[in-house]
Amino acid sequence: MGMLHTVNKSPYQCNTLESCLNHVGEGDVVLLIEDGVYAAMKGGRAADVLSAVQGVKVCVLSADVKARGLEGKLIDGVEVVDYAGFVDLVTETDKTQAWL
Amino acid sequence: MSTGFYEVNGKQVPHDEEGYITNLSDWSKELAEVIAKQEGIDMTDEHWEVVNFLREYYDEYQIAPAIRVLVKAIKKKFGPEKGNNKYLYELFPYGPAKQACKIAGLPKPTGCV
Amino acid sequence: MSDVKKFLYVNRKAPHGTIYALESLEVVLIGAAFEQDVALAFLDDGVYQLVKGWDTSELGVKNFQPAYTALGDYDIQKVYVERESLEERGLSEDDLIEMTYEDEDDDWAEKSSIRIVSREEMAQIMRDSDVILSF
Repeated sequence: MGMLHTVNKSPYQCNTLESCLNHVGEGDVVLLIEDGVYAAMKGGRAADVLSAVQGVKVCVLSADVKARGLEGKLIDGVEVVDYAGFVDLVTETDKTQAWL
Repeated sequence: MSTGFYEVNGKQVPHDEEGYITNLSDWSKELAEVIAKQEGIDMTDEHWEVVNFLREYYDEYQIAPAIRVLVKAIKKKFGPEKGNNKYLYELFPYGPAKQACKIAGLPKPTGCV
Repeated sequence: MSDVKKFLYVNRKAPHGTIYALESLEVVLIGAAFEQDVALAFLDDGVYQLVKGWDTSELGVKNFQPAYTALGDYDIQKVYVERESLEERGLSEDDLIEMTYEDEDDDWAEKSSIRIVSREEMAQIMRDSDVILSF
């Protein structure tokens, strides 16, 4: 299986997500954590970018989504995972690249 | 953090808990002799060759080289009869990188734990 | 040696605003002792780490740029720099410090470690590594 990319910065603050998406490949997984989860919020500019990405699974970490009051405000097609799901993603993929 | 002092010509030079001097600019040849004595080493021309080499290396690259890098660099400059572990450990029995760096007044080499 | 892994250190931060650049360099120097296949990648603001001519004297911090030029001694022979990141910042290879290594298989000839690669190639380099350490 492909790579896991974690993104932990808000897309409105840093180019972290943008740079990540410039380097992903078919079969990779992008997991949004910490302030990275803001990218998956409905109506934002970053959400448009995110929904346009092809061939890549996008996940968000539930703890970070809940902590920021974003439950029910995420775009479609994004998978919500808990900490155990995070660990599964790490083990299922070949390697992890943490975009900081 | 200073945890002790070397005495050189009536002046106190602070060092850390492992004996590395705290301010690199405090170094002098006299101090090197004092540190060496504390390490149980009588400085010979051969010791000085390594210590001076380390100081030049630090001056150029701002790092104290790891032992592997030191051996290779000494080999390149002084030839294989000096650029080897055996020769360097005979001069500095407690580790050429660590001990010679201490005498040379440099920080502990990165990666030496 | 069969247990050699391909390590890639990914550097994406400018040198002085955060501690990342210096930390990365320290980890690279320490990691070199393990004799793995090590490559460095510089992209986004990370390319600023290699822009030559630092003078940190007025900042009151150590100028750690010379340490990059010692990496050849630590057997680091592959330094990938992303072309798009350079171009976006108005930089070219001429703006970068020289990083060299001595090629054991070519009578110890001194060669440049820096390789300018496209964004696409950079993505492939990440894909081809066994372990990625991000800074």
